[in-house]
Amino acid sequence: MMGKNLTMLQAITEALDQMLGNDDRVMILGEDIGVNGGVFRSTEGLYEKYGNDRVVDTPLAESGIIGSAIGLALNGMLPIVEIQFLAFIYPGFEQLVSHAARMRYRTRGQFGVPLVIRTPYGAGIRGPELHSESVETFFAHTPGLKVVAPSNPYDAKGLLISALEDPDPVIFWNRLNCIGLLRKKFPTKCTEYQSVKQKWSRRKRSDHFCMGAMLREALNATKKIEAEKGWKCEVVDLRTLYPLDRDTIVQSIKKTGRALIVHEAHKTAGLGAEIISIINDEALIYLKAPIKRVTGFDVPVPPFTIEDHYLPTVDRVKQGIVETISF
Amino acid sequence: MKQHLITDIKTNKNILGCYFMTVQNLGKFAKQIYLKGRNEMEKTGNPIMKAHSSEVEPEMFRVLTPDGEIIETIDGKIDKSLMLKMYESMLLLRTFDRKSINLQRQGRIGTYAPFEGQEASQAGSALALAAGDWMFPTYRDHGAAIIHGQELYRVFLYWMAHFDGSICPEGKRLLPPSVPIATQMLHAVGTAWASKIKGEKNVSIAYFGDGATSEGDFHEALNFAGVYKTPTIFFCQNNGYAISVPFEKQSASKTISQRAAAYDIHGVRVDGNDIFAVWMTVKEAVERALKGEGPTLIEAITFRYGAHTTADNPNIYRDQDEISTFWRENRDPITRLRKYLNKEGHWNEEQEELVLKQFNELIDAHLKKAEGYPKSDPLEMFNHVYAEESWHLKEQKQELNQFLKKGGKK
Ligand SMILES: Cc1ncc(C[n+]2csc(CCOP(=O)(O)OP(=O)(O)O)c2C)c(N)n1
Ligand SMILES: [Mg+2]
Repeated sequence: MMGKNLTMLQAITEALDQMLGNDDRVMILGEDIGVNGGVFRSTEGLYEKYGNDRVVDTPLAESGIIGSAIGLALNGMLPIVEIQFLAFIYPGFEQLVSHAARMRYRTRGQFGVPLVIRTPYGAGIRGPELHSESVETFFAHTPGLKVVAPSNPYDAKGLLISALEDPDPVIFWNRLNCIGLLRKKFPTKCTEYQSVKQKWSRRKRSDHFCMGAMLREALNATKKIEAEKGWKCEVVDLRTLYPLDRDTIVQSIKKTGRALIVHEAHKTAGLGAEIISIINDEALIYLKAPIKRVTGFDVPVPPFTIEDHYLPTVDRVKQGIVETISF
Repeated sequence: MKQHLITDIKTNKNILGCYFMTVQNLGKFAKQIYLKGRNEMEKTGNPIMKAHSSEVEPEMFRVLTPDGEIIETIDGKIDKSLMLKMYESMLLLRTFDRKSINLQRQGRIGTYAPFEGQEASQAGSALALAAGDWMFPTYRDHGAAIIHGQELYRVFLYWMAHFDGSICPEGKRLLPPSVPIATQMLHAVGTAWASKIKGEKNVSIAYFGDGATSEGDFHEALNFAGVYKTPTIFFCQNNGYAISVPFEKQSASKTISQRAAAYDIHGVRVDGNDIFAVWMTVKEAVERALKGEGPTLIEAITFRYGAHTTADNPNIYRDQDEISTFWRENRDPITRLRKYLNKEGHWNEEQEELVLKQFNELIDAHLKKAEGYPKSDPLEMFNHVYAEESWHLKEQKQELNQFLKKGGKK
């Protein structure tokens, strides 16, 4: 297997490039994704390579983008939409929730919407207001949508390709502050990613569950705990947020008997609550301690001078692990 | 990557001598605009206000030509003291804007959205308002906000990511900059509607860009304002681009002002670099609104010399320096008024020096105040989520407090 190092961003661009190259039905739509190559540069070079019919700078209208992408998808195209920042998806929320998510259901399977929506999310880039959101719950509460949030370049490429192959609308999230950071050895051929598709969400290891960039905090915290106290933890990288990978969650609990859940989204009605509920239903008797959550607080993400205090940090995760294990 | 021009505020000429521009070394795009302008100039004596495309320029209202000539009567409307106020306002804004960019480069403020080039639109519109009017700016309209009464140090605080940067000055009706595009326009319909219901004599003005006119909220706002005949002013600064997307990709409409016709409201296209024209247009819109004649959509044609924000590199999608140079040299709002004032004997070198010195001192004093301002306490994030703090926020605040007390790291 050939190996090369890619960042998250490069992995995404490479996946988009391959998909455009492999299938004429694929189109990319979004604001500033053409000539400019995307405000995060994830479509860099694609406009030049595939032209403005396939890499489309749209008018500034998210409802327009998602709504017309639904139509494109209904009529045989495979649109991949980029929303510049997660919080700017709201004007298109109606289209996503009331139509993309329900089309198959309402037409009793006659019409589907094979649509991919790609959007960066999360705090920590010192961004202006509304550039730091993490509101997966809105989407993970919507039957008919699928939500994925890869934590590393390999999963990013695999999940993006899998998302495009999926017959239903998939929202693909990439964490803002790991776009250029994480590197991972890569096989070069597209087919190597099939495994990710088949195991739509496979685990690493577990004593706590986390998503996207929170993996980094989680891994750092467990490393420190192991060094300081000699305690070993498993970390589960959820990867798919809706539907959740229930089996992996349950298996891990059966093994460790304890869980700490880490997400940067607000605590109340966050995905953590859903995970606890799954454990409650499936593995309650295995629990040796109450399940803790380390999450963003129930406040709008504050200005960047104090955003780090909003986020789950290595220290907060560590404290959570100690409390869970020493219960 | 290309080096950016540094332009002297007094002469509006490029300081970097190596950037001396001739028509021969203008890029293709800028050249097109330039040649169009030159042809037009030969015909009419004025460079056309061709914004950013190569199509025929639709009409627009203009009072002061780029050469500093008056072509409409301003008698009884704009007197000398107002002219000087206009001029000084633009100088203040430009000085503030440049200072902010430098501060961002030094890491003293965060990502910043500059507006240099758009001073006539922002100052002209804000000066036409009364103190009690409602203002809904975007991230780029702190120029208008400053003229409407926002304090300079608060604007610095906003870009330093301090909660208190969004606070409205005492007694004013100025909302925090709207980041989600076009959304604030509907609020300006609502406040104006309430003023009408309550019989209060004020207007509401919403600022937005050309890109914003593609959003549904723009159309909904015009329609609501038309239906309820609200005293709202929709003030669009058409600077030709929404980040990288030129207006001709944004819409098949030739102009933004023509959209007013669809909603049967008043629409005006105005030279946004002509502060007399902007001021007179907004003033008239205010008068119409207060007479109960409803909303006005104003399209002000302008150009921003700098990047979309300090995080953006415009050279990827347009020849920034060349187009900016063209606009600076042919359409600059400050230069044009200075020419007129000089000719009339209302303004001279010494005054300019003195005022610039005062402004620099003023801005530095505000910067000092902003930098010395107490830092945001992390626990402040829990305040003002609701009027009354609920149990869960009390608990979470407590949790963070304890964590910080134990020396927990962020
Ligand atoms: C709803 C929404 N979508 C996308 C963005 C990202 N964005 C910020 S500014 C901008 C371009 C705005 O262009 P325009 O309205 O012309 O104003 P200008 O920046 O030129 O002043 C975009 C796409 C946003 N802030 N809000
Ligand atoms: Mg614009």
